[in-house]
Amino acid sequence: MNFDAKIPSGPLPQKWDRYLTEAKLVSPNNKRKYELIVVGAGLAGASAAASLGELGYKVKCFVFHDSPRRAHSIAAQGGINAAKNYQNDGDSVERLFYDTIKGGDFRSREANVYRLAQVSVKIIDQCVAQGVPFAREYGGLLANRSFGGAQVARTFYARGQTGQQLLLGAYSALSRQVGLGTVAMHTYEEMLDLVVVDGHAKGIITRNLVSGEIACHAADAVILATGGYGNVFNLSTYARGSNATAIWRAYRRGACFSNPCFTQIHPTCIPVSGDYQSKLTLMSESLRNDGRIWVPKNVGEKRAPGDIPESERDYYLERMYPSYGNLAPRDISSRAAKRVCDEGRGVGESGLGVYLDFSDAINRLGLDTIRERYGNLFDIYKEITDENAYEVPMRIFPAVHYTMGGLWVDYNLMSNVPGLFVLGEANFSDHGANRLGASALMQGLADGYFVIPYTIGNYLTGIKGGRPAVDHADFRRTEEEVRARLKRLLENKGKRTVQSFHKELGKIMWDHCGMGRNEEGLKKAIELIPQLRAEFWENVTVPGSGEELNQSLERAGRVADFLELGELMCRDALDRRESCGGHFREEFQTEDGEALRNDEDYGFVSCWEHQGDDKAPVRHREPLDYEHIQMAVRNYK
Amino acid sequence: MKVRLKVWRQKNDRTAGSFEHYDTPDLNPNMSFLEMLDVVNEVLTEKGADPIAFDHDCREGICGTCSLTINGKPHGPHRGVATCQTYMRSFRDGDTITVEPFRADPFPVMRDLIVNRAAFDKIMQSGGFISVRTGAAPDANTIPISKEVADLAMDAAACIGCGACVAACKNASAMLFVSAKASQLNLLPQGKPEKDRRVLAMVQAMDEAGFGNCTNQYECSAVCPKLISEDFIARMNRDYMAATFRQTFGSVPSTVVGG
Repeated sequence: MNFDAKIPSGPLPQKWDRYLTEAKLVSPNNKRKYELIVVGAGLAGASAAASLGELGYKVKCFVFHDSPRRAHSIAAQGGINAAKNYQNDGDSVERLFYDTIKGGDFRSREANVYRLAQVSVKIIDQCVAQGVPFAREYGGLLANRSFGGAQVARTFYARGQTGQQLLLGAYSALSRQVGLGTVAMHTYEEMLDLVVVDGHAKGIITRNLVSGEIACHAADAVILATGGYGNVFNLSTYARGSNATAIWRAYRRGACFSNPCFTQIHPTCIPVSGDYQSKLTLMSESLRNDGRIWVPKNVGEKRAPGDIPESERDYYLERMYPSYGNLAPRDISSRAAKRVCDEGRGVGESGLGVYLDFSDAINRLGLDTIRERYGNLFDIYKEITDENAYEVPMRIFPAVHYTMGGLWVDYNLMSNVPGLFVLGEANFSDHGANRLGASALMQGLADGYFVIPYTIGNYLTGIKGGRPAVDHADFRRTEEEVRARLKRLLENKGKRTVQSFHKELGKIMWDHCGMGRNEEGLKKAIELIPQLRAEFWENVTVPGSGEELNQSLERAGRVADFLELGELMCRDALDRRESCGGHFREEFQTEDGEALRNDEDYGFVSCWEHQGDDKAPVRHREPLDYEHIQMAVRNYK
Repeated sequence: MKVRLKVWRQKNDRTAGSFEHYDTPDLNPNMSFLEMLDVVNEVLTEKGADPIAFDHDCREGICGTCSLTINGKPHGPHRGVATCQTYMRSFRDGDTITVEPFRADPFPVMRDLIVNRAAFDKIMQSGGFISVRTGAAPDANTIPISKEVADLAMDAAACIGCGACVAACKNASAMLFVSAKASQLNLLPQGKPEKDRRVLAMVQAMDEAGFGNCTNQYECSAVCPKLISEDFIARMNRDYMAATFRQTFGSVPSTVVGG
């Protein structure tokens, strides 16, 4: 297979402008003849649906939630990056581009990342015009803060609720289009399969989560903006409902899955407290601006943190990475935390935690300043742990937070299945092997507001034949397969709950495909997961029927897909015999424990192609040719 | 600890519901309220019974999906905390806890504890936005906004759209929700040009969806997980009055629905 990214020619800074000049346009009176499906209404989906509706396309937007305002983009706390250089600290498009490529450990595509940095400035303009109440200085201009992996302050924020405010901005734009009738909103409707007709994506099969009704929807193109797949680990900072079903079903219909093993473990989450735990809560990375991370120097330290003198504390990030200190990128900070805990210096009852201490910042800046900057985060911490972080240091530990991998897309954000576009976290394109903080919001909105409105026209002008009718044979066949799968889940009547399988899968993934990975563990996981999957289909129990609101059935379908995806992640991790970004293969590290990349053999994007249930998938590759910059060893010291 | 649950069970929006009692297995006080329900549901599922349907998603107090009226109070015992961040340590061993859906006519019960809050989306679609085309915005620092105004707009914007305000109100009024959304946009210079249209359209949509009127008791603010202030209701009333006045004298078009 050929993975041509269709990158425009010319020097990197001019590629996107050149694309815009040369892209084919759909004339205004022709736009309404095209019907587009957008699945998901997080930052990427809502911004895409709103922008495409505004352009005049007929858009249908699907969410499994009760409202398009619920997607998990809403939980992003810290901020959104943009190369505005409002701080006069030397930021530029070029620098944001380079930080993002380097942050991704040189495993992302140059041209996509450059475009992302270019459009970042327009996103802030757009959001302010929509009424997003970003933080401001007393003079009335926008405020910024700094984030991991950058030496400039380019992050815009709205208290600790930036994701919420950006999503509500996109939701308001979407609501406007729904009110105008250009977008038809389908809430409580989950995509269960993709329909491919003559090699082109032409529609989806959905289930109405209230009535259970199965429906076919045809379109001229399908846009998936359904988020990441981190819930494969069961415990993560994702919402409980976040799932991979849409992208996994597309994979099974021929879309290639790229870099599935690139998962991000966020360093600052509240540690696990018991086995009933349903989710992990993130404490924004912005806390690392003022908090200092440390563990006791002594193994088995039992004193309370306040009783441990300065001389017996190890501020390990400041020690190991003096130039970035507590703002070292996420993958590096997470691994450092794992390392000190593995040494037996972890804190809290489980020993799986490190301190994030604000006492110095409170002494330096005063309690009020810290309260204003982080008050809501301290409140969240108090609600969950019953501890007051103004008085005792927070305890934090890494948790699964984001997936850089996703469906393969070209420069147009189109997958290898023509007509299937993939936006936001659901695609693989911009973050390489590690995403920098405050870049997910940037990418979601860049894809939705400023990329897909231009690239989709280029596809639509080239297709012939129009939309198939929903009683086309391919729709009928796909619908039958969806129905058969639901029937099988409901009629199984085994002994184990869906949740028990999810938990067991999560444990396998965390143990063998988590922060540290090795050949032996991955091979074991590749044995264990198919066994668990087989047991699932023999022994799962799903109460109730398909013709009603049935949350067990919804979850069963999603966990069944995670049971397949988890195996692919392990296969990719095993195949990639190097360490880079969030993918740390223990066999490949430097003497001082840093990731050891292998550009010569692994300077590529993996592209996995489904071969059917009985055959192993095939790995293709898209080579990463860097024209503008040189791959370098990532150094934050 | 163990507790006894008195839970509202209802098959769908067409059948009547009733309370059922369930004794929980042994619980850890550090479990969240929703994790407690997860544990009860695992037991029910293993027995072959229908688990209790309840709404939830982010479980960190921001998506606004979780609802539940716990012992008569939307979002449970604590001030400024959503159900998903309520922990079992807030209850005592042996307590009987009553769990109901958010009750209000415009929020039909879909199943057990899940209600449909689509009426909120309808209100937003009528005017809860600033009409700005994608890509048409001026530079973000073109219009300075004083920190005080930006902060006040942010206070309003913190609303998570959960509907607790409606559930707490004896009139099922949505005034706190609508006023928070309208005030955020009306306060900002970017939202000023559409201020009158916006407030007229949103109030009209609110009335059409069947929400009641505000009679100034402020249960809404008391149960709001984000502590949105009732002052926004007063602000919206002022905006509404001014808009009605201007409409009467012809400076606002009488058709206000849509973008």
